Amino acid sequence: MVQKQFKVTAETGIHARPATMLVQAASKFDSEIHLEYKEKKVNLKSIMGVMSLGVGQGADITIFAEGSDEQDALNSLEETLKKEGLAE
Amino acid sequence: MSFLNGIAASSGIAIAKAYRLVEPDLSFDKVTVENAEQEVERFQSALAESKGELEVIRDNAHKELGADKAAIFDAHLLVLSDPELISPIEDKIKTENVNAESALKDTADMFITMFEQMDNEYMKERAADIRDVTKRVLSHLLGVQVVNPSMIAEEVIIIAEDLTPSDTAQLNRQFVKGFTTDIGGRTSHSAIMARSMEIPAVVGTKDSTKQINNGDMVIVDGLKGLVHINPTPEAIAEYKEEHRKFEEQKAEWAKLVNEKSVTADGHHVELAANIGTPKDLKGVVENGGEGVGLYRTEFLYMGRDQLPTEDEQFESYKAVLEGMSGKSVVVRTLDIGGDKELPYLNLPKEMNPFLGFRAIRLCLEEQDMFRTQLRALLRASSYGNLKIMFPMIATLDEFRQGKAILEEEKQKLVSEGIQVADNIEIGIMVEIPSTAVMAEQFAKEVDFFSVGTNDLIQYTMAADRMNERVSYLYQPYNPAILRLVKMVIDAAHKEGKWAGMCGEMAGDETAIPLLLGLGLDEFSMSATSILKARSQISRLNKKDMEALAEKALHMNTAEEVVQAVKDTAKL
Repeated sequence: MVQKQFKVTAETGIHARPATMLVQAASKFDSEIHLEYKEKKVNLKSIMGVMSLGVGQGADITIFAEGSDEQDALNSLEETLKKEGLAE
Repeated sequence: MSFLNGIAASSGIAIAKAYRLVEPDLSFDKVTVENAEQEVERFQSALAESKGELEVIRDNAHKELGADKAAIFDAHLLVLSDPELISPIEDKIKTENVNAESALKDTADMFITMFEQMDNEYMKERAADIRDVTKRVLSHLLGVQVVNPSMIAEEVIIIAEDLTPSDTAQLNRQFVKGFTTDIGGRTSHSAIMARSMEIPAVVGTKDSTKQINNGDMVIVDGLKGLVHINPTPEAIAEYKEEHRKFEEQKAEWAKLVNEKSVTADGHHVELAANIGTPKDLKGVVENGGEGVGLYRTEFLYMGRDQLPTEDEQFESYKAVLEGMSGKSVVVRTLDIGGDKELPYLNLPKEMNPFLGFRAIRLCLEEQDMFRTQLRALLRASSYGNLKIMFPMIATLDEFRQGKAILEEEKQKLVSEGIQVADNIEIGIMVEIPSTAVMAEQFAKEVDFFSVGTNDLIQYTMAADRMNERVSYLYQPYNPAILRLVKMVIDAAHKEGKWAGMCGEMAGDETAIPLLLGLGLDEFSMSATSILKARSQISRLNKKDMEALAEKALHMNTAEEVVQAVKDTAKL
């Protein structure tokens, strides 16, 4: 299993569009991918799960990936987060 | 061929095929299934069909409305692929041997409740998304068609029970030639929209959705308030001729675009327009509006998930003020509540919304929201001739509070070095009988009055204007209403102020002679009514109308008044 922590920089947090993008990115991989915020862990391939966290600006989040393509998945999600200016 | 009677809500004639914008019946029974595997497959194929449909809608929306509006459908697609939603449904079918419909509904309802209970507005809105996609999948399971107004691609007449603001926002003006609804009156949202879109409409037909099928040929006669279903070729030919005459009449009126509105004996009144967005300005200019008598700012706040910022509002107000190039623009501050809701404000449901926490009452309480709007207005004031109007004023104290807040924001802006016009008139809408009765006292403090007849009539007659069964009490020509209007006009004139009217009555051909006689200074109406009104006014004598109005005030019933107007003003 691989994991990495990020700080959310997007003003609107991870809502609407950003959530859509993250879930779309995660869904491309076979690995189990989870997002943790405030000790709550949700399936990152679940739009409703991600949105139910209510991640706001300044939040510390952790992404976990486990499976055959875990490293690729984590790299790809990191790239999405940074490219879209969501987190660092 | 058959026809339906309704209320002529927007003039003109439209002939096209019917498109039913009706929520399909998605009711079902919870049953036990024998072959759960097969049921899961049935569910999966309904999912696949729903996704296919959503992809088409998304691509369409992308082309027609832009990436922003398309994004919502991307989110819907993701919901349909969400393992946290789909797996529990499939598990439920397998373990409980229930039909897909009930497994879907039960699971989705759980998520809907969860989102609705969150104390974040954005999350609450997501419940609506889940509801929406659930409906779509259910419709495929049940084999009924779900309506997709954004996918209309041929000329149609919309048939609906009623049209909400969000329905109308989805309609493509290029293809929607007219519409007819079961409920509503001349002042309901759907009617007002039809007039601003300049498409013929008949509302309050009671039965349209029952009697008209998809694809039926329909004639909407927005002049007489008739809807013909599957008309004969002769009737179609007749109506085409009627349509031509109407266009000819319009061309005749169009000659008055640059004329002033003057009676036969030389008395000038101002004919202004009611608008909802800067986009409506085109219609105002094309129809020769002498000003904007009512700018309904609530549309800025609707169809979104958070309050508009000060800058967004400023841009809209500035656009309207500049677009009217120095002509008077009366902006009504936020009038929300009643039949106009803002989901993101999260206001509790009320038993009597029209008598409840709305308009100025809400603004004086939610001051941050109110102050943002006032600042935007004040900043825009230096770009034209701005007048500010508070809605739903019931007491002098409310007016004084509103004015004091406005004054405070003005001082703040001035001290920040921002330019603010110093001659902004501040007035009130007269919709509540108490205010009409107290008009003499109000007139000493306000700069102008504008009578909002739609509400004034419903409050005076104690008759809900959305309720069909008491619609007979909606009586603009009742002497009671005329007397209240007279009180307002007389009070204004006594203090050297002006009185206008921005309800539907101001553009009504039976009311115009009376209002002229009562001394009304400004008539604000749908832009499309202005030229017709100007033509009518040019044929009337103010002196004669004064005598008519005086007689009308002392009549017993609305019917007598209407008859007297017909006899005197040659309608």
